[in-house]
Amino acid sequence: MYADWPLLSLVIWTPILGGVLVLFAGDREPSGARKIALVVSLVTFALSIPLYTQFNSETHLMQFVERHSWIDAFNIEYYVGIDGISMPLILLTSFMTIIVIISAWQVIQYRASQYMAAFLIMEGFMIGTFSALDAILFYIFFEAMLIPMFIVIGVWGGANRIYATLKFFLYTFIGSVLMLVALIYMYSQSGSFAIFDFHHLRLDLTEQVLIFLAFLVAFAVKVPMWPVHTWLPDAHVEAPTGGSVILAAIMLKIGGYGFLRFSLPITPDASAELDWLIITMSLTAVVYIGFVALVQRDMKKLIAYSSIAHMGFVTLGFFIVFRILDSEQGSAGAGLALEGGMVQMISHGFISGAMFLCVGVLYDRVHSRQIADYGGVVNTMPVFAAFVVFFAMANAGLPGTSGFVGEFMVILASFKASFWIAFLAATTLILGAAYTLWMVKRVVYGEIANDNVAALEDLNRREFLFLAILAIAVLALGLWPAPLVDVMHPTIDNLLNHIAVPKI
Amino acid sequence: MTTEFVPPDLMPALPEMVMLGMTCLVLVVDLFLPQEKRGFTLLLSISTLLLAVLAVGAVAPSSGSVSSFGGSFILDQLAVVLKIATCVVTILVFIYSRDYLKDHDIYRGEYYVLGLFATLGMMVMISAHSFLLVYLGLELLSLSLYAMIAFNRNSLAASESAMKYFVLGAMASGLLLYGISIFYGITGTLDINAVSAAIDGQIEQNPTALAFALTFVVVGLAFKLGAVPFHMWLPDIYQGSPTAVTLFIGTAPKIAAFAMAIRLLVDGLSGLQLDWSQMLTALALASLALGNVIAVAQTNFKRLLAYSTISHVGFILLGIIAGTASGFASAMFYTITYAITSAVAFGVLIMLNRKGFEAENISDLAGLNDSNPWYAALLAIAMFSMAGVPPTVGFYAKLSVLQAVVQIDMIWLAIVAVLFSVIGLFYYLRVIKVMYFDAPASEQAITIKDALDVKVILGANSLSLIVLGIFPSLLMAYCLLAFA
Repeated sequence: MYADWPLLSLVIWTPILGGVLVLFAGDREPSGARKIALVVSLVTFALSIPLYTQFNSETHLMQFVERHSWIDAFNIEYYVGIDGISMPLILLTSFMTIIVIISAWQVIQYRASQYMAAFLIMEGFMIGTFSALDAILFYIFFEAMLIPMFIVIGVWGGANRIYATLKFFLYTFIGSVLMLVALIYMYSQSGSFAIFDFHHLRLDLTEQVLIFLAFLVAFAVKVPMWPVHTWLPDAHVEAPTGGSVILAAIMLKIGGYGFLRFSLPITPDASAELDWLIITMSLTAVVYIGFVALVQRDMKKLIAYSSIAHMGFVTLGFFIVFRILDSEQGSAGAGLALEGGMVQMISHGFISGAMFLCVGVLYDRVHSRQIADYGGVVNTMPVFAAFVVFFAMANAGLPGTSGFVGEFMVILASFKASFWIAFLAATTLILGAAYTLWMVKRVVYGEIANDNVAALEDLNRREFLFLAILAIAVLALGLWPAPLVDVMHPTIDNLLNHIAVPKI
Repeated sequence: MTTEFVPPDLMPALPEMVMLGMTCLVLVVDLFLPQEKRGFTLLLSISTLLLAVLAVGAVAPSSGSVSSFGGSFILDQLAVVLKIATCVVTILVFIYSRDYLKDHDIYRGEYYVLGLFATLGMMVMISAHSFLLVYLGLELLSLSLYAMIAFNRNSLAASESAMKYFVLGAMASGLLLYGISIFYGITGTLDINAVSAAIDGQIEQNPTALAFALTFVVVGLAFKLGAVPFHMWLPDIYQGSPTAVTLFIGTAPKIAAFAMAIRLLVDGLSGLQLDWSQMLTALALASLALGNVIAVAQTNFKRLLAYSTISHVGFILLGIIAGTASGFASAMFYTITYAITSAVAFGVLIMLNRKGFEAENISDLAGLNDSNPWYAALLAIAMFSMAGVPPTVGFYAKLSVLQAVVQIDMIWLAIVAVLFSVIGLFYYLRVIKVMYFDAPASEQAITIKDALDVKVILGANSLSLIVLGIFPSLLMAYCLLAFA
């Protein structure tokens, strides 16, 4: 029945139009706006499910393609489609948005309709970013999603929200404008803005290096990679819970996705040439940021740094492939590295989202994010404590949770490239466990620290619902990652074949 | 020997004649209207502009161009599009300014008559195909503007601005005229086509004299456009003028100035393109840098928009520098959409004014989203568009200019331009921050007049920025046609 539907467009535009509807519904009847928002997000998720069930995982070709000419003057097209890389990320997006809307149900009282609308519109833009196959369409979605996030952090954020949101917007914008120039340059060479035409565009090494650097700035800020990560802790700390969840679970992934969709296939030779740079930045993120996370006093900041460290794994996985391809053993482990990076992205989406929601649950009750203000939470909130410990274990990479799968694949692949890279990457197993579990120890266990903690009430049904859903997702992906790995397999293989051929 | 007088074909100039006749009518009718019936003058003025738009549509050539008055008047696709844009923007200006004029006791017919004469001047500039006619149109526009600025005679700041504008404007006109006269001396003609042909023949013998003359023309143009270092007047005049006049100065005349640049540099002096593109490059870079950087420090919203105009002029110049049809078309697209965008920005600002209160500081916008989310959203769209954030039209305007610049292999120029636009983003974001995140400064919360017509038209104006951002071909097609 779905065969003739423009399914992808529906998944992109339903939340955007739904968001506008919620905006007009207004705040006179806040529960009405909330209900519309929930329905819209559920419908979007329902629409995105066929993207998985109808997905043909035998081919690397784009599926659900829609291609219409849009701006003839510059040959810009409305060109969308998905493959094994983008499809899981789209499902993650539509899934997490439901969680965010449920989590904001009672917490957000100030201008609830605008809050809900911002997230719905952002959802549409993010799905658009993942499915755009025209560079300008991609850029438009890529930039447009900043606007709702800017407003979410600025209006519903914490005390220092304005500094944080301006920093967030400016950082991301400065990264992306250079990418825009690179895109226009490639257009002037190829006469088309279709991303696949860029993939096959011949570029000499200087051009490739410059284009690669332009992309690097754009995506490194988004991921974020050390040393351009400094906006993230600020943005996370000040953002409302929903903002942090979407930021960590989806927006960071767009940087990783950009590397796979743009940097690697468009500039393979420059990527191979400069892989040392990315690997160094990634390992710094894993090791140094891991230590930084250890000393944080603010729970959200700690999780933000942990996100940076985990995303370091993603970029490490993406760029270690060049070392693997060069090594004596050949290309055997290269696919493992890319797939590991992808699995890590999806898994981190669930886990970081869950961790931020857990902090949100505490913050709603005590209005503090400081670790020192808690202690002995398990005594008053046993169910919550169980969830926190579970997600913390997943964050630390416990086998059986999704956090383990991606990290394990990347470390395994790194051994084929170099022992020392793998060794440094593996320190995360210790560091990650240290900073996460130490936080859990201080917050959850021990004696009841103060009256606030003593007065805590355990999870209500709504909170239990969204944490339980996420726990199931983390567990399912950890025990049986095959469905995820299978859908991306042909795409990853094709990408590897593509980057193995020099373009010069 | 008797030369028979052949009357010129008047049809191409029909819109101008309609404007002139109707404006005189407005002038006379207004004399006999009591103050409470002033609305009729407004209505008549708007119908004048609508009639002019219709007349442009009626005489528009289906392709190519028609010229008249011995070649000194031309009606081509460029003229058609720009004239319609000018008239439409002026209509918006008249509608938005009504309540402001009422509140400041300057709701008089002169505002409209002067505005209409200025529009007539712009239409003449747009169609002029002789140096002399360009100058005549320009002076008609400028003289009307001087009077409009000084129009609120009780305001010291406005009188000062008018004086400043008059002195500096006269000087710029003088420079332009001087340049034109040297060209006349070299080529022996004022007709733009003839000048162009003569320059092609003379470029070998007289390069220095031509470059000398060109310098004066470019300076005159740069002044009218407000390009650095000839921008000094802009912030002062924007700030000092009554907001209703700033609204006018900040919108429609930009379109006319663009037309003048195209007529003089591209139609007339294309033989000297190598020279003027270098001059414009320097002007564009300076405008981008200075406009964006100084704007960051502004607290007055009108001054902020003035510096933002300067930086946008830099972008428009980039399109002209590219020197290709797509470059000119993108500059034209940029100019028109900029005029529409800045109509929204000033339109919202003007609605914040009330009796005895002149809203002009950025802090006056504080908490606008709480008191009036509709206007806050409209201004936010305008700000995002000026910053060039998709999906607003400002993004597409910048994209097309950058594309034209990259096409001629001046990638460094594109990189400089985008980096400065990041600085620009900062102050546009600050405006949005003030509206959305700050609490109102004073007890008296922002009261916005609830004029339904303005609310709707301003809304349509602002939403058109998104519509054009998503479907830029609606306008871009005509811009490309103008330079086909």
